[in-house]
Amino acid sequence: MTLLAVERIKLFSTRSPWWCMGLALTLMVGFAALVSGSADSAGDVSVPVTQFGYSFALAVILVLATLSVTTEYRFNTIRTTFQAVPSRTSALLAKTTVVALVSGVLGTIAAFGSLGVAMLLQPDASLALNSEADWRQVAGTGLVTFFAAVVAVAVGVLIRHTAGAVSVLLAYSLVAEGLVQLIPRVGDDIHQWLPFNVANRFLTGNPDVAVVFEGPGASTSTLSPWAALAYFAGFSIVMLLIALVTAKRRDA
Amino acid sequence: MIEARGLTKRYGKTLAVNDLSFTVQPGRVTGFLGPNGAGKSTTMRMMLGLDNPTSGEALIDGKHYRELRHPLRKIGALLDAKWVHPNRSAYAHLRWMAVSNKIPVSRVDEVLDLVGLTAVAKKRAGGFSLGMSQRLGIAGALLGDPEVLLFDEPVNGLDPEGILWIRKFMHRLADEGRTVLVSSHLLSEMSLTAQELVVIGRGRLIAQRSTEDFIHAATENTVKVRSPQASKLRDLLAGTDAALRDDADALIVSGLDAAQIGEMAAANQVVLHELSPQRGSLEEAFMQLTGDSVEYHTELTETVDQLVDVNR
Ligand SMILES: Nc1ncnc2c1ncn2[C@@H]1O[C@H](COP(=O)(O)OP(=O)(O)OP(=O)(O)O)[C@@H](O)[C@H]1O
Ligand SMILES: [Mg+2]
Repeated sequence: MTLLAVERIKLFSTRSPWWCMGLALTLMVGFAALVSGSADSAGDVSVPVTQFGYSFALAVILVLATLSVTTEYRFNTIRTTFQAVPSRTSALLAKTTVVALVSGVLGTIAAFGSLGVAMLLQPDASLALNSEADWRQVAGTGLVTFFAAVVAVAVGVLIRHTAGAVSVLLAYSLVAEGLVQLIPRVGDDIHQWLPFNVANRFLTGNPDVAVVFEGPGASTSTLSPWAALAYFAGFSIVMLLIALVTAKRRDA
Repeated sequence: MIEARGLTKRYGKTLAVNDLSFTVQPGRVTGFLGPNGAGKSTTMRMMLGLDNPTSGEALIDGKHYRELRHPLRKIGALLDAKWVHPNRSAYAHLRWMAVSNKIPVSRVDEVLDLVGLTAVAKKRAGGFSLGMSQRLGIAGALLGDPEVLLFDEPVNGLDPEGILWIRKFMHRLADEGRTVLVSSHLLSEMSLTAQELVVIGRGRLIAQRSTEDFIHAATENTVKVRSPQASKLRDLLAGTDAALRDDADALIVSGLDAAQIGEMAAANQVVLHELSPQRGSLEEAFMQLTGDSVEYHTELTETVDQLVDVNR
């Protein structure tokens, strides 16, 4: 508990996390307002449509989580951290927990905020969360951002430089996974198992429900939604373990 | 007490610290002295468990750093005053450190007061001058009221007033019975700050003894003698256990004082043109000691220049 309090103080005593949180919320809720406000009729606005800004918010959350580690390396406060808490595993686990919780809560607020603003702007649209798929799409966002933050912290620990870690994460999650599909023959088979693609499967469920250009993209994964979440969570934990072992071994 | 046992650190091809063993006792300031690149900072990082030794170990009161339960309460350190997030306030920086080691948060105000930063406690640390950063670093080191303190080049870049402040501070800490290890590449500075010296060069231990002994031995007196009967004088002196060295047309004699040489010359009717006692200087001594162990010779020249400046 003590270590969680330490990481909470560290995270919220600088400005960049506040900026990132504000930006993530503004982007996601803002896009929901834009998309639903400019819709021709209430019938065009559905639950998936309200989540249009999801990938932008996810990108900002990845940046927030990465920065929480890489700024410590940049300013060498990681050394002060390990001096205060010589068990590097405990210190980094506490940081991961705090950052993932903040990211999860932020994702949840952004998703429901987007739904809420659409309800305000299109009172006649049918935006009640009637099905399990609707619930997953909105309430599930927080779960995905939670584990995505774990991945980002791990990458931050491994790469240590802000620019490097952020570009790897964004290029990978936004571009690289999609490009894999272009590989002849095996591309689609590989793509099916790539983590961010699988995470979308959890949010969007069956491809026939998903609207391709809105919100989290349709996924080519064939896992069931909850198996998809478990897969993504497992991926994030493996990344974290690699990061913890690496941090323990090398010089701070 | 701090103890280094066969401490060795290799970075790729560089052997930064080479089989270093020494102890640091409580109740006095121990200077950790060596030219640039000698391995002082690396040794201190290993003492704090930040860098893993290639072999050997560093012990704090018999324990490895990683075994300390609340390390900040046992050993405080200032390795680099810039190790602070520039957008975090001095207060927030010390607060998270205090919380991490279950130190009452009220202690944060105490140490800020101690180093005279109370007025700027809520300001962002990135805007601090070097002297203020250094004070913040010292506040962090003192936070847990530790028995052992490590400071890496704490006076680097400070103005004379700041240097004096730090020097007095170190003495106070040692007088309170704490173990204080302070690194520096300036012997002249250390001669004023430290009672005990650990001198290293190229990662190896060169000497560990009291500053007084060190300076006494290092600045051994010699006598310069010029005589038109140089060879006769030389023969006379060779019969004693004095050491001789040529310096242009003069002889440099060590092991005898000017009176003894003068009387010996008079008794044997040797004419002397010059008989002058020479005092060795600290910087010469330091150079002689670390001479073969200096890594960068350009930096050595700088060190000497600085030594000369400080002595003036
Ligand atoms: N992380 C590192 N990676 C590679 N080499 C290093 C590293 N840290 C130190 N070194 C090398 O180890 C040697 C000792 O460096 P160190 O910083 O410990 O010396 P120092 O005595 O503190 O010198 P200075 O007076 O300049 O601060 C140097 O040759 C340095 O280049
Ligand atoms: Mg150094």
